[in-house]
Formats: sequence, structure tokens, C-alpha cells
Amino acid sequence: MFAGFDFDVIQRSVGYLFREGMTFTVTLTVMAMTTGIVLGTLLAMMRLSSFRVLAMLAGGYVNLMRSIPLVLVIFWFYFLVPWMGGWLIGASEPIQVGAFMSSFITFTLFEAAYYCEIMRAGIQSIPRGQVWAGYALGLNYWQTMGQIVLPQAFRNMLPILLTQTIILFQDTSLVYVLSITDFLGAASKVAQRDGRLVEMYLFVAVVYFIISYFLSYLVKRLQARIAVPGRM
Amino acid sequence: MKYNWNWGIFWQPAADASGTWLQYLFAGLVWTLGTALAAWVIALAIGSLVGVIRTAPRQWAVRLGNAYVELFRNIPLLVQMFLWFFVLPEVVPQGVGEWIKQMPPPWSAYLPAVLCLAFYTSARVAEQVRAGIQSLPRGQGMAGTAMGLTLPQSYRYVLLPQAYRIIMPPLTSEFLNVIKNSAVALTIGLTELTARARSMQEFTFQVFEAFTAATIIYILVNIVIVFAMRWLEKRIAVPGLIAAGGAPQAGH
Repeated sequence: MFAGFDFDVIQRSVGYLFREGMTFTVTLTVMAMTTGIVLGTLLAMMRLSSFRVLAMLAGGYVNLMRSIPLVLVIFWFYFLVPWMGGWLIGASEPIQVGAFMSSFITFTLFEAAYYCEIMRAGIQSIPRGQVWAGYALGLNYWQTMGQIVLPQAFRNMLPILLTQTIILFQDTSLVYVLSITDFLGAASKVAQRDGRLVEMYLFVAVVYFIISYFLSYLVKRLQARIAVPGRM
Repeated sequence: MKYNWNWGIFWQPAADASGTWLQYLFAGLVWTLGTALAAWVIALAIGSLVGVIRTAPRQWAVRLGNAYVELFRNIPLLVQMFLWFFVLPEVVPQGVGEWIKQMPPPWSAYLPAVLCLAFYTSARVAEQVRAGIQSLPRGQGMAGTAMGLTLPQSYRYVLLPQAYRIIMPPLTSEFLNVIKNSAVALTIGLTELTARARSMQEFTFQVFEAFTAATIIYILVNIVIVFAMRWLEKRIAVPGLIAAGGAPQAGH
């Protein structure tokens, strides 16, 4: 079945694929995850806030992000960020934004909407009495949130947050539409240069599968470990 | 720094001379919906089958079903799209491969896109169907057996009718997902909504108008589907059964 295919192309390019491509993919994933979770948590706090305006703003943002395709969001920010940047620093024309910066901003803002919904459920899973207890002890809102509610919410939601991150890891492959050299982009360049589409795309699929499968296995282990016995 | 807004662009003739830019975008919406709907029908059928298999009282069948779900969940959608479009025609028998490659343009992208989205979504549907069946009390299946129903009959008349009603909300979000995910098909040349917004931007340089229009269309489609599904959920709800969908899930 694979007669006429040349799998040596993988061996020849594997160094490039991982050095250039996978480094970009992993860096983007980790950075977008970190800032995405922070921003998502803030959004979740806004959504649950008693200030109606804040709650509506955050809700509108989250619903907007969740109802349009990621590819469209990538295009949006690719064109929007230079204008926004130029406007912010008062430049006379749109500023130059690098490929990494553009995709980092895109994925942070996009994933924040998804992390927000997870953190919102996490915050809501903490009994209200704990918040009242915090206030009764004289803690203010930020202290109650930061020291009582969020650590527990985060712990409860950790498996889902990590699962979302695995999805983020897979989704970063969509930066392909901006011709960025992520793991898939690098493989695609080699594939087109050498005319080895079949070999390269199969290899990419196998690598993504192994990494994602291994990560979700770890998440399952973690989930079993932190589960409170007798609950759920 | 000044951006030249031109909202009148939508009433100007499109570059492909098929009508105005607005009509051009709506033709894209037709492709988006046509792709998503076809994929959804297949995904529901395969997903239900795999979901049922994963609850069957046979270990090997459960393993097989689990492997199916893991396979489609752990490879990025875009990579799967490339596998269907670039790789499949090369690894099937030559005659079939030639037939696929010689398909005329819109269909040569449409068919792989539908198959890709269908199989990708089927794994997610399978997960929901499995969860729905397993959320039913064990006694339901046992009662079916006690009544003299065969295993397929218990699924057909007792378990599945209840499970589908329970998983309506998550199925609705999966349906919304398949519409959004169909945008990935622009990478293999399907001129659906996002692709057309992009090419409108390239022809007219009206970046923000084009993307705003596409965004609004996606939001409207979302709203229509959410309301239709809520209406349907109410109509088919079984009194006393609580629909799933409260627990948060990771996903897009």
C-alpha cells in the first residue's frame, strides 16, 4: 500500500520540525494558556459580579467569542491588532505586529472565553457560605476570592482546564492560515518542497495523537487522584 | 491613521460577477450550512452507533468504541482535514484515488470536508450518547430484559428514546460546533462563509466590513438554532427527567 512513498523525508526533516515548529506550537500553547486562564478567571469574576454592567460586558464578550469560528477570530485579530496598536500609541499608521505576537493575542483572547465558562462553573461550585464566612472574618472581596474561593475553584476545575488546554494545543495548528511555521506549518513547508504530502501529514497526525493522548491520560490520572471519595 | 469605512460595499458587485458582495457572502453561508448539515446527519448516525457500542455488555466492543473516540479526539481538526483531502486519495486503490482527484472543483473540497467534519463530530456525539445512556438508572435496561426485550430492542424502545432527550442541550452545542468547525474547510479550498469574507477583504480591502458581516451572520445563525432547539427541547421533554448540560465541559 505504501509502495512509492518515501518515509525517509521524515528522518531528514525531523530536527527542523521539532526545533522550529514544535517549539513555536508549545510556546504559543503554554503562553496562551497562562494568560488565557488569568483573563478567563477575571472574566468569570466579572460575569458573576453584582455590577450589572460588568456582568453584561463579560457575558457579551464570552458569547461573541463562542459563537464565531476560531479561523474567523484569527483573521480578525491578524488585521485588528495592528490598527489597535497604532491607535493606542497614537501612530500615524497601523503598527507592525509579528506573527507570534498576533497569534498569541488571538489565542489568549479566544481561549479566555472558554476558560471563563469553566472558571465560572468552578466558582459557582463553592458554597456561598464560604464567601459569607470570609466577609464575616473581615476579608474584602479580593481577599475572599484570592484566598478562599479561587484556590478551591481552580482545584476543582483543574482537569477541565487542562483538557481545554489540550484542545488549545491542537487548535494552535490553525495558525497555518496565516502561513506561520508552527509544527503543522513546518511540516507543510517540507511536504510541499519535497512533494511528500502523504508522508508528512501522516507523521504530523501521529505526533499530535501521541502527545494529546498522553496528556489526556495524565489528566485522567490527575482527575482520579484529586477526586474527593464519595462525591460525584 | 485613518481607516476608510465603506459600508456601501455590500451593495456593489462582487468580483466573481455573481451579484453583490452581500449575496456573495450569503452564498458562502449556504455552503457553510450545506457542509455542516450533511456532516451532522452522518455524525449523528455514526456517533449514535459508536456511543451505543461503548455501553454494550461486551468488553472488546467497548474498547473498540473507546479507541474510535480517542483517535478522532486527539488529532487536530485541521490535520484531519488534510488527511482526508491530501492523503486519502493516495492510499486508497488507484482507481478510487483517481476518481476522487478528478472530481470537479466545489465537490472536490466539499466531499472531504463533509467526511472530515462528520467523523470528527461523530466521536463527540458518541461521547454524549454514551454519557446519556449511562446517566439512565441501571434498572431501565434490566426492566427491558425482564419484559422479554432483546438487547437491541431495549436500546431501541427503552434506553435511546430517553437518552436522546437528556442529551439534547449538549447535542445542540455540538451542532453549533460543526457549523463553526466547517470554517476549517477553507484550508482545502471550500468557499464557505469565512473563506468568502476573507476573499472579499482581499478584493476590496474593506477588512473590517467583511469580517463584521461574517461575524453577524454567524451570530444570527447561532441565535436561530439556539431558539429552535430550546423550543424542540421543551416539546420533547419527558416530565421528571432533567436534561444534561449543567456540568461544564472543555471544547469548542
